[in-house]
Amino acid sequence: MRIVEQRKIWFSISAFIIAVGLLLGLVRGFNRGIDFTGGALMEIELHQTVSVDEIREITKAYDEKANIAFIGEERTIVQIRSTEDFNNQKRLEIFDKFKEKYNLEKDDFLRAEQFGPAVGKEIQTKAFWAILVSTIGMLAYISYRFEFRFGLAAIIALIHDMLIVIAVYSILRIPINSPFVAAMLTIFGYSINDTIVVFDRIRENLRFLKKNNYAQLANDSIAQTVSRSINTSLTTLITIVALYVLGVEQIREFALPLIAGVISGTYSSIFIASPVWVMLKERQNHNGGNQPTPEVK
Amino acid sequence: MKMKNAIIFLLVLAIVGLASYTAISGLQIGNTTISPFKDSIKQGLDLKGGVYVVYEAKTDAEGEELQRIMYQTIEVFRNRVDAFGLTEPLIVPEGEKRIRVELPGVEDAQEAIDMIGRTAQLKFVAGDNQEVVLTGANVKRAEAATEAGQYVVSLELDTEGAEAFSEATARVAEYQYGSNENKIYIILDDEVISDPNVKERISGGRSQISGGFDRDEAIRLAALIRAGGLPVDLEEVQSSTITATLGVNALNKSVKAAQIGILLVLLFMLIYYRIPGLVANIALTIYMLIVLGTFIALNATLTLPGIAALILSVGMAVDANVIIFERLKEELRAGKTVRAAIDSGFKRAFRAILDSNITTLIAGFVLYQFGTGPIKGFALTLIIGILASMFTAVVVTKFLLKLFVGMDLAKNSKLFGA
Repeated sequence: MRIVEQRKIWFSISAFIIAVGLLLGLVRGFNRGIDFTGGALMEIELHQTVSVDEIREITKAYDEKANIAFIGEERTIVQIRSTEDFNNQKRLEIFDKFKEKYNLEKDDFLRAEQFGPAVGKEIQTKAFWAILVSTIGMLAYISYRFEFRFGLAAIIALIHDMLIVIAVYSILRIPINSPFVAAMLTIFGYSINDTIVVFDRIRENLRFLKKNNYAQLANDSIAQTVSRSINTSLTTLITIVALYVLGVEQIREFALPLIAGVISGTYSSIFIASPVWVMLKERQNHNGGNQPTPEVK
Repeated sequence: MKMKNAIIFLLVLAIVGLASYTAISGLQIGNTTISPFKDSIKQGLDLKGGVYVVYEAKTDAEGEELQRIMYQTIEVFRNRVDAFGLTEPLIVPEGEKRIRVELPGVEDAQEAIDMIGRTAQLKFVAGDNQEVVLTGANVKRAEAATEAGQYVVSLELDTEGAEAFSEATARVAEYQYGSNENKIYIILDDEVISDPNVKERISGGRSQISGGFDRDEAIRLAALIRAGGLPVDLEEVQSSTITATLGVNALNKSVKAAQIGILLVLLFMLIYYRIPGLVANIALTIYMLIVLGTFIALNATLTLPGIAALILSVGMAVDANVIIFERLKEELRAGKTVRAAIDSGFKRAFRAILDSNITTLIAGFVLYQFGTGPIKGFALTLIIGILASMFTAVVVTKFLLKLFVGMDLAKNSKLFGA
């Protein structure tokens, strides 16, 4: 296997996907959910198929730009999303109009959610801090158990995976909301886990290092762990795909980016993390003379 | 030796089998009943249906004063929520100025939000000088009652209130009956709900509010007054309601997805790794029992993202086993005996498992610290999952694998996937 030598190919593939995603995101804008923008969501079972215009008749008095969609197996559930802050009384008022027009029962008002604008910002801030703090924590742990360069390479692979997932969100226009945060954090945990197993093998093989040939060492270590990497991502993928195929709407929104994340996490532990580590290592030797210092702790 | 190992192995198998059966369908021995996991796990609002609201206090108060206001507000909420008679309501402060109210299983969610968030400031105002005579704080008891076929709310006042009320009624009774000065205005949340004229001084600390109520209205008003007014204006910053039907549907579909996903994983392990795969499957079953059991023991709430995390964690729990088995295969290929290969395989795999799981644990703990609501539930599931998977892979799988080898059934290394 000559994975490290062909790193330009791997880096280009990733760069391409990320660039497309981010570019599309910049041009079209991300599909931000109401928990990030602030606003309200209502789902009402109408027991019949209705045109969007008919719904808009009712909603335009509250928000002319409200997003209207039909969900459920028979598309009889209307989902109204608005960036306006509908409080409880307004929501009851809107539902009453639907109730009158379509002769509904109380419990046909299936779901309602409302987020003040401040809450969305808080979720983002908290997620940002959570990711920053855990990154520092992980970097510290890996530096302690392995070496700083391993930590750095692992974190780069991690950032790669998160960018890929953001790109997937952007390309497929999946709403960015609280499940997005949870999905990102799951990938965060999964991806690092995957990378560490490969690095563990490199660490172990360091004692066989010959002529500072780090590329060969990394290639061998990847070859030795590749069936584990594939099997683990397979079993993980089996469960998430089952969730995606059989789960409800909210779960599917969460499962799709996870599928992308698991694939990306496996890809990056093989094609990104190790080549990056080799690059870092070679640069170190170039700068600091040729004295090899294999670290085994 | 062979016999002993075989007996222990079968015993383990029987216990795991019985435990799984209990977990799925429940068990009844004599008078003791163990209910299945599905019924004993506390389900979140998104699975059970219900409502949650986060309120923010609109106040500039700080420090101790703010704490006092929040404490009072929570007390008022608690009183009001009690009126719903729900089994597991939750009222907790969130941050400094916020309160989160969760009402699982409430039937009319939107109404519930309406009633909890009512300011419910009760005031009795004298008609002559427009001064406040009584507030809700002076009311000792408030009950719905009938008076001449009409529903009214009867009040019992505290001593101070009784005195003030007696004085004020004596004063306004002087004015011409029917005039505005002759009235006592009963005001709830800045709305006059009743404005009776006063014929004579009312002493003894009893009073009534009549206002053409029907039975439900009278009961609700009495409950609101009993609970007292909120000490501060509140804003609904976040809320979510979901009907029970939608929640149950989500639960059933997720459970089905979980069953199929897990079944496929077990099949994969069995086909790919053969005997170790079988052992790993037993270990995985134990893993799931531990995780769900811990969930019940901690009285943790299972949410929709929680289920996703749980299913995902099964996929990841397999990882530790896969690491071990791949090592095992390598050691066997290097020419070691099955027994020696197990020992060195586990030893070498352990470091990889430890380091990879601890890094993920770091993410889990940070997430738990920063997250709220469903995210917190997700993080908890992740943490429990990682700890349980490390335990089952390193302890249970090793123990079972050694038992198996001890039975001398499998000297052939092919059976170990090599």
